[in-house]
Amino acid sequence: MGALHLEYTVAPDDFSRAGEVSGIVKRTLKDLGFPPAVVRRTAIAMYEAEINMVIHANGGKITADITPEEIMIVFADQGPGIPDIDLAMQEGWSTASEDIRDMGFGAGMGLPNIQKSTDYMDVQTTVGVGTTITIKIFVTQ
Amino acid sequence: MNDKLHSVKLDSDLCKGCTTCVKRCPMEAIRVRDKKAIIINERCIDCGECIRVCPHHAKKAVVDSLSVLKNFDYTIALPAPSLYGQFKGILGDRNVILTALKHIGFDTVFEVAAAAEAISTLTNRKIRSSKERLPIISTACPTIVRIIRMRFPSLIPHLLDFRSPMEFAARWAKRVAQKETGLPAEKIGCIFISPCPAKATAVKLPVTNEESAVDAVIAISEIYTKLRTAIKRVIVPEDLAIAGSPGMGWAISGGECSAAAISDHLSADGMENVISILEALENEELPQVDFIELNACVGGCVGGVLTVENPFIARGRVQHIMKHTPPVLRPESCPVEDVGWDHSMEFDPSLRIDTNLSDAITLLAKIRDIESRLNGMDCGACGAPSCHALAEDIAKGFATEDQCVFIVREKLQALLGQHENPDGAAESAAAETEREEQA
Repeated sequence: MGALHLEYTVAPDDFSRAGEVSGIVKRTLKDLGFPPAVVRRTAIAMYEAEINMVIHANGGKITADITPEEIMIVFADQGPGIPDIDLAMQEGWSTASEDIRDMGFGAGMGLPNIQKSTDYMDVQTTVGVGTTITIKIFVTQ
Repeated sequence: MNDKLHSVKLDSDLCKGCTTCVKRCPMEAIRVRDKKAIIINERCIDCGECIRVCPHHAKKAVVDSLSVLKNFDYTIALPAPSLYGQFKGILGDRNVILTALKHIGFDTVFEVAAAAEAISTLTNRKIRSSKERLPIISTACPTIVRIIRMRFPSLIPHLLDFRSPMEFAARWAKRVAQKETGLPAEKIGCIFISPCPAKATAVKLPVTNEESAVDAVIAISEIYTKLRTAIKRVIVPEDLAIAGSPGMGWAISGGECSAAAISDHLSADGMENVISILEALENEELPQVDFIELNACVGGCVGGVLTVENPFIARGRVQHIMKHTPPVLRPESCPVEDVGWDHSMEFDPSLRIDTNLSDAITLLAKIRDIESRLNGMDCGACGAPSCHALAEDIAKGFATEDQCVFIVREKLQALLGQHENPDGAAESAAAETEREEQA
């Protein structure tokens, strides 16, 4: 069975490049022939998570493990961590600065959107240490 | 059905094997093999970019010539709105151009702009009453339709399921002509005057029509000289114009949005911009809009690779003509019931690495492994547009590692090193590599 492991680095504070990794992975999934709905859900979740890394966490690392059955993506950063995860899961809640909001981000839809688009989401976070988000999308034909 | 018959062809006598087209093709559909460019048909979307950029004019569009008129008892010219921007000195009266078309051999003229206008009205109605997925994406540009079919299948449900203005005009014109002449449909020739090769392919290979009603496609550039001379000789132009100003506007980027009168709209032109909009739409990053107009060519159809005039000059002329045209001229006899597609659109999986998902993943792992041995300069000397494309070609057995000049150089250096060259050539070569690496 085919398996593929991909690794990427997300640059901090560079909005012109935000979404780059999600774009690359989306293209890869398409070229591989994953069903359009799977590609779309992965792309939406990844984009949110990648933007989060840029806004809140000075970038980080993204790894993707791809098999015909599931797509697992891990977003690991060494940012400030999320103090109250239940609050962060509420739609509309955000700690993003005014500047970020002016750019159209920080609407507080990040984590809820990621959860909505994926089949599995796990958030491990420690204040002052960093956050690791693991998502999975199961491939159903 | 042969799904991959294209209108862009290579004249191998003229091809010098440079990689200009290879690098500029938005679909990475061109390779140089044995010193000549080849087009990978499965990937080509007929955008015509290779025709535009080839410094040796080795890329050609396969279209018809005026001699095709002989094949019919009655011929109708279907000028694309972009034709109106090609000529100076017509003082806002496009009847001069339409009359000149008759003088160069057509029996009559039917403006594609009229069909475009009708489609705009129907689009407006569809969006207003739509419970379907918004935004609706225009399907006027065949290159856009092709790229969505191949690279953005999740957006297929957003496509406007109406025939293109060219196709709709041909059906409409043929009906009118049959009534007027009493001739059977096959004796009447509908000849589209095209700004681009993509529309010629749309005729040869209809995606959502059973069969095209267009009988031949002639390039604007093909008849330009003849038409220009004829225009100068028109003394009293006939009253042949039937379209209003919104239909004219389809020649330029943004014109379709204005014609459809949808307030929340977006228009983009040029392949790079189009792709970024489609990516954003797919990622749900776009602001809410109801209608999206996309044109493969910069400036819209006036930027088509088979036009003659600079697209920005042509745009100004079209806008000038629009000012001299009332909003609606003669919207009569329009067969609105015939505007819809014959059948739905299917995803075209040509870009997939492999038809089997598991095999595709294995193959991509292999491609990435090969790619890691290439130097990532994307120099193109191997004839592929990027190191990744070469790696894919190697993994699929279409190319070998020895096509990479850097790999060959490394091999050569290793060989020289082994033989302890007495004149020190190996050392100097190694020193040179080191200097380059430091640079």
